[in-house]
Amino acid sequence: MQTNKTGFLSSIRAFVRDPFRMFGMVSVILLLLLTIAPAKDYFSQWRGYQRQYLRFIGSRGDAVTLRRHFTGGIQQIWIPKLDVVDRCQSCHVGLAEASLADVKEQPFRAHPPIPHKLTEFGCTMCHRGQGAATTVEEAHHSEMAGEEPILPARYIESSCGQCHHEPLEGAPKLNRGRVALARYGCVHCHTIALPEGSTMQATDNPPPLSHIADKTTREWIYAWLKDPASYSATATMPNFQLSDADAGDISAFLIANSTPQPGDTIAPPAASGDAASGSDAGASLYGESFCASCHATQNEAGNLVGGDLGPELTNVGGKVKPGWLMAWMRDPQKYDPQTPMPQYRWTDPQLKLIVSYVEGKTDPDFLANVHLQPATKAQIAHGKKLVIEYGCASCHVIAGVPKPDNFAPELSRIGSKPVVQLVFLPGMKHTLPAYLEQKIRQPRSFGPSLHMPRYNFNAGQIEDLTTALLSLTDRSFSLPASLQVPAVRETSYQPAGQAGQLMASLNCQSCHRINGHGGTMAPDLSWEGSSVQRAWLDNFLKNPNTLRPTLIRRMPRFNLTDAERTTLTDYILTVYQTPAFDRDAMPLAGYPPQLIEQGRQLFYSKYDCQSCHMVNPNVDKGYIGPMLTHVGARLNAAWIFHYLKDPQALRPGTIEPNQHMSDDDARALTAFLMAQKSGAGQGANQ
Amino acid sequence: MKAHLMKKTPWLSGLFASAVCAAAVLCAGCGPRQASAPALKAKATGSAIVVVSGDKQLGSPGSALPQPLIVQVNDDQGNAVTGARVELSGPKGVLFDPAEVLTDDNGQATVKVRLAGVSGRYELTAASQDAHGKSFDIPVAEYAAGYQQQVGYKIDAKYCSRCHDEESTTEQVSNYDNLAVPPHAFSNGGVYNKLSGSDLAAIIAHGGPAMNRSALMPPYGWTLTKPEIQAVIAYIRLVSDPPYAAPGVGYANR
Repeated sequence: MQTNKTGFLSSIRAFVRDPFRMFGMVSVILLLLLTIAPAKDYFSQWRGYQRQYLRFIGSRGDAVTLRRHFTGGIQQIWIPKLDVVDRCQSCHVGLAEASLADVKEQPFRAHPPIPHKLTEFGCTMCHRGQGAATTVEEAHHSEMAGEEPILPARYIESSCGQCHHEPLEGAPKLNRGRVALARYGCVHCHTIALPEGSTMQATDNPPPLSHIADKTTREWIYAWLKDPASYSATATMPNFQLSDADAGDISAFLIANSTPQPGDTIAPPAASGDAASGSDAGASLYGESFCASCHATQNEAGNLVGGDLGPELTNVGGKVKPGWLMAWMRDPQKYDPQTPMPQYRWTDPQLKLIVSYVEGKTDPDFLANVHLQPATKAQIAHGKKLVIEYGCASCHVIAGVPKPDNFAPELSRIGSKPVVQLVFLPGMKHTLPAYLEQKIRQPRSFGPSLHMPRYNFNAGQIEDLTTALLSLTDRSFSLPASLQVPAVRETSYQPAGQAGQLMASLNCQSCHRINGHGGTMAPDLSWEGSSVQRAWLDNFLKNPNTLRPTLIRRMPRFNLTDAERTTLTDYILTVYQTPAFDRDAMPLAGYPPQLIEQGRQLFYSKYDCQSCHMVNPNVDKGYIGPMLTHVGARLNAAWIFHYLKDPQALRPGTIEPNQHMSDDDARALTAFLMAQKSGAGQGANQ
Repeated sequence: MKAHLMKKTPWLSGLFASAVCAAAVLCAGCGPRQASAPALKAKATGSAIVVVSGDKQLGSPGSALPQPLIVQVNDDQGNAVTGARVELSGPKGVLFDPAEVLTDDNGQATVKVRLAGVSGRYELTAASQDAHGKSFDIPVAEYAAGYQQQVGYKIDAKYCSRCHDEESTTEQVSNYDNLAVPPHAFSNGGVYNKLSGSDLAAIIAHGGPAMNRSALMPPYGWTLTKPEIQAVIAYIRLVSDPPYAAPGVGYANR
């Protein structure tokens, strides 16, 4: 050690003694140091990619063009108002070259076409990552405080959702995720504020529990709480992973807390002596009433058949008490004023039939092993404590338990949550998407004391939900308002007067949309009064039928009285009119035969309407559009005329193409169609 | 010289040693790590492999395909072989779960596929080996739809497939069989690959007669916007079979 030290010191001394030698050495060192900066620049990663790019395009047919477009050096997109400084194109050189769309290897592939210009939005707006970085590692993978890594491609649709709050055609995952956030009631507990000031609203309809004892038994509640999916695979109620004792206590509390409501129960039908024929008649009434338009049941093959507007009914007989079901079927709004279920106006024998049929849908195994001791006071008190602890009242109305505010963490900006604020499980990828996915898949894996329940989501649904959550970023709040595309807000339209009351009891708007409010299962009725003739409408309400041969009829018959039908018809014809034209401007009949003949030729030759419609069922085959065999007795002439001129203006979203028809053609076709009154194909090919 | 220097300066030798260590660690990191994965042992062998279902699906970039890919291994007689080893491979970034699998009791292998992060057509391969160790395989095509193609798919489902879909189901009824001049399925690359983008745009916008084709194809130029028409074309190009090659690229790739 000593010798080494002295050796080193002596060599220093030798240098000091010899200034020329020292000067020479220092100069060499300085020169070396000076070369580091240009060398570092020359060997920088992005320069390497640019050299590689030039070699790569040299082998292509369009090399000359591509070379002409190429400018070396750092490429930067700078958009001050969006806070974007992106140098991605320094390495992704061919990003804006349409002809490089076929390139498979990165980083030279052209960006696939999107409705936005790179220069207007930059890259990091959608892809995240560090835009100002000039190395791959830093740009793509940096996780340091405040920096976010690049977003995996499978969640890229979330970035659309920062500005676009309306459903977006090219972003199905985002749309599905948003629907799921509302449908599975996530937003009952987690507030999601939207940039325009509103909050996301749930679309599920959790039943009120204040009178639950009228409806079902403690045993059923217990089994349901233990595992909702074992009762119905489509249940939106999640699994709270309760212990047997806790489920018993909650069920005890709910039953003890329930107060009977007059009219909730009607004497159940006596057991029918002829059960088999009763069940057949019940099944056909169930079919005739189109219960399956909204309610699904599992068929023998185990497939769910039916709509998802109402709860699945496969095992409903084991759930609801017959007396309650009688009262419910007679007037559902009495028990739950918010229910989308219509009042069917069944006669008493029909009621008995449908109730005994529905009560027959039961799974004997579901409650087979449930044996509960009578509830004690302590159990009931503990049950109430659990109900408050688990936030049951966030979704359900429970008498005596107020709805908690902000029960769960707000998610309005969850998509920007820094990774350093998250707690990861061992072996987990340290990214926000991975955290969200695990949180949705197994919420309690982050700690047994957490209250978030478990849902039965499949991998695709989890990806959808994660995409929707990732769209809720800080950026979506800080973006200029001019970039925000708000969702179309549901109006609160309700029809007025006597007809309004009638329509409310029939819950027309569960399926039909009117003036921006209502379901999407059935046609929009906002302008129905301009469209149809009185006699047809009256007859349709008496006996609804589908207009399209390929559609399954879904509209139930409601046993309306003549007076009720008149009220409805009057109201629809008077109120639901388009301001675009006068529906009586053209006559319903009496068109000259030449005009009808001209229309026939246009129908069959110029516009080939028979590809999709039928006027004469013996000849025509088109079954995509509505049948036109009786169209002259159904629609108003002025409606047909204006519809032919611009279908989307009267029925937004219809698939009938706008043929840009002249007035003369439209008039002739109207004349021809108005002649189709009796289904015999008047004036059609004979 | 180096040894001399090191003897004199232990700090330098320390630096050298650590550099050697770092290099060794780096080299070890770069070494072939996959080699240690235990290979699945085939219990039986077949001689042909066929796709049962799950090919030509439309997925999203980076996402799992909606349905699993199911292939079947058959022997000389065409009977399904149980326990044959099937190996899946594809372009960089495509993930298979699992990438190696033995066929089940029905001779079928079911694999979940996650496409890579870029849109476009993916050519995958399902391979197995016969009794002599000779490999046989079947190509499988899958599609990852980017934004434009996704929009095109939506428009296709709403408007086009009502006639262009050769199959009619109760969920999605097709008019295909009722038309005097049958339309071409969008996957029919033999027809569509010969039409340029502007020809296709003209047919969609102005109807069949615009390009001397059937008048049963109505004009959509007043119903769809120009970007929507481009999206339909992008979708047709994506799903076309044989695959569509943009003009000029064949020459360019030489």
